[in-house]
Amino acid sequence: MTAAIASRLGGIRWTHPRTVGIFGILLGATAFWLALPPLAARTAVLPIAIGILAVAAGIWTYARDERRVGGGAVAAGLLGIAFGVLATRSSSAHLDQVVVWSALGAATLRYATPLIYAAIGGLFCERSGVINVALEGMLLTGAFFGIWGAIWAQSWAGSAAWLVGVGAAALAGMVLATVHAIWSIHLKVDQIISGFALNFLALGITGYLFVDKYGDTGTPGDVPGIPDVHIHFLQNWYFIGPIIGQLNLMIWLSFVLLVGTYIFVFRTPYGLRLRSVGEHPRAADTVGISVYKIRYIAVISSGGIAAMGGAYLSIGFVHSFNENMTSGTGFIGLAALIFGKWRPFPTWGATLLFGFSSALADRLPSAYGNQWGTLFQALPYLLTLIAVAGVIGRSIGPAASGRPYDKQ
Amino acid sequence: MSDELKGEDALAPPSPEIPQPSQQFPSRFGGLKGAIGPLLTTILAFLMGGLVVLFTGKDPIKVYKAIFNGTGLNWFFHVGSHSARIPFGTAHMWFPWDTASIAAQNLQQTLLLTTPIILTALAVAFAFRCGMFNIGGQGQYLAGTIFAVWIGSSFNGMSPWLHVILCLVVGTLAGAVLAGIAGFLKATVGAHEVISTIMLNWIAIWVGSYLFGQGGPLQGSQKSIPISNDIVEGAKLPVFWGLKLLQGLSIGIFIALAILIVYWIIINRTTLGYEVRAVGFNPEAARYGGISVARNYFLAMAISGAFAGLAGAVDITGWEYRIGQNDILVNQIGFIGLAAALLGRNTAVGVGFASLLFGALINGTSGRQLDPSVFRPDLANNLTTIIQGLVILFVGLNLGGFWVWLKRKRRT
Repeated sequence: MTAAIASRLGGIRWTHPRTVGIFGILLGATAFWLALPPLAARTAVLPIAIGILAVAAGIWTYARDERRVGGGAVAAGLLGIAFGVLATRSSSAHLDQVVVWSALGAATLRYATPLIYAAIGGLFCERSGVINVALEGMLLTGAFFGIWGAIWAQSWAGSAAWLVGVGAAALAGMVLATVHAIWSIHLKVDQIISGFALNFLALGITGYLFVDKYGDTGTPGDVPGIPDVHIHFLQNWYFIGPIIGQLNLMIWLSFVLLVGTYIFVFRTPYGLRLRSVGEHPRAADTVGISVYKIRYIAVISSGGIAAMGGAYLSIGFVHSFNENMTSGTGFIGLAALIFGKWRPFPTWGATLLFGFSSALADRLPSAYGNQWGTLFQALPYLLTLIAVAGVIGRSIGPAASGRPYDKQ
Repeated sequence: MSDELKGEDALAPPSPEIPQPSQQFPSRFGGLKGAIGPLLTTILAFLMGGLVVLFTGKDPIKVYKAIFNGTGLNWFFHVGSHSARIPFGTAHMWFPWDTASIAAQNLQQTLLLTTPIILTALAVAFAFRCGMFNIGGQGQYLAGTIFAVWIGSSFNGMSPWLHVILCLVVGTLAGAVLAGIAGFLKATVGAHEVISTIMLNWIAIWVGSYLFGQGGPLQGSQKSIPISNDIVEGAKLPVFWGLKLLQGLSIGIFIALAILIVYWIIINRTTLGYEVRAVGFNPEAARYGGISVARNYFLAMAISGAFAGLAGAVDITGWEYRIGQNDILVNQIGFIGLAAALLGRNTAVGVGFASLLFGALINGTSGRQLDPSVFRPDLANNLTTIIQGLVILFVGLNLGGFWVWLKRKRRT
């Protein structure tokens, strides 16, 4: 084991521009980290000095044609300086209140989970060549029917009613996705128009049913929620314990889903068919793959998966439902998918990053009594815009996405 | 030249080898025939909305009637009760003179709502004519409102007309800049405008929510509520019908109508419009004909954003006068404009009528207008959203083309 690590380390060329660039990115992160608890350096010199080092490393790398890493290091250095100086200027009491790493970690996972369900749902759909901007609507549908199913089943299923809820959510999401599938595959309507129409339909239908059923009192307070998984021996471990010692079942499921998706899409013949239909449907058709069938399956399962994320939101996380409660979560999921370049693990990384920014946006205003933390809500969209613009490696989707396929 | 649009094929419109869905049935016909499709779409959407109402145990006809009465469009039916003496007898006046009635007040609200919908719909329509889908009308509208509030609530004591015009111009520019980012990205690196405008929408929403939120830089002097200051008297558009205190109708509606005409002129009678349409029909052919595709992408997007930004500025100077943090998250005008543009088939006349339809629908289902004993307004709000979704869903189906195709088939 150690020998293997040593040989890996020996293989690294320490003066290679790429290595220096990555080192620069780490330095930039350090510049910020030093100013935060538990170290909480109180002088602004430290983050500035380290940040400048990071920027220098970035420029050096950039000049040697490793533009992506170099640019990343410059950005990390500048951000490290900015946030580091900001952090040293705010009082440590506030910082302690916000930056409790374990609590932030747990909150990040909680916020990232609906995103990962939405993003993986979107991944199946878009990998098959159908654009899915209806993820928001699918999440919302899942959130409503999840809680509706759980309440409905409460009398006869008891504490297992959440299972019915998740099932109802997945089913409702699949129904919604079926409309998208018929519209975009058979009727060949513009997929973006159809997706947006479904967003409005989902918003209207869930809102209508919510007002009709629970309008006066809101959803009942004793909804049977999705249980947490307690791992007792982990709970006292330093740092890790508070983060993953007590996670919701759906979060663990999302990890399984993530790995399963990776294996399915990139390591099985079915995944190869899925991707080929999204990249070059004509070629796939020529070798006998049914483009329509694969697209139907992909779009409908995408609805089911995204809706499960919605069910987590309503009966796993906040334990209630409100009109338009997702308010953009599905679009952050879509953003994560684009940011992660339609690949499972990078997408997961993006959801964690975006979840972290949501967690910060949630904690900062309460600590500072000021709204500037709200700006962190915009960070995922800004980062995705930058990614789409191609400043840090352009993201380009599957070649055939958005194009209806005509059988010949 | 071909290099600058290299990455575009990721999400580009279908290439020529793939037949477009609209080629199945005839889709482009002018005049009255063009209205068949949208009419069928609307009827279908309202029928399905009625089914939803029926499903929850209410009488859809009564509900729609109550909504119609809330729109104020019944004002036009107050006819014949007025007579005027003319030489050799009396004449029954068709024109309803009763300008202070409830119906008149309702109609003022409907037209107030129609104003920004026309403008945001034009934003979508203009980009559409260039082959782009501007989903970002919402964000551009918000940019317009934010800047209009900012300009309108500062510079106290400026000469009134100048102040209003400054508000409108700056709001328009704000929308143009926001959309211009998306257009620039499309023109230079080929970033798909749908993705970039969705992202810009949410950036605008959260930045706005920060600006007017608790402790935000544009929060008003009343520090307990997250609402901006009112714009000063001089920055308000004149109200020409109804009372200013009761949200009377401002001259914003004339601005919107004028822009409708401007849109028609730009699209049909200028070189810019010709180039924009050429790029929209076929970018490759346009490029071959010597038209700069990149320049037109950028210009079309910026102009499109200018319309949406103007919508926000007109709303602020016309009747809203302030924004709350909550309004920013709840507001849907940009998206309603999207539905209106699709329903109006991106033509000036169509957009006008479709916007009136949606303005009336939204006003008729609002808590202020709808009789709660007939139907709960909060249910009706959601009914509006459902109908809006159904309209967008069915409008893509080209029902009009299907209709004509069916009739021709029967004849042969």
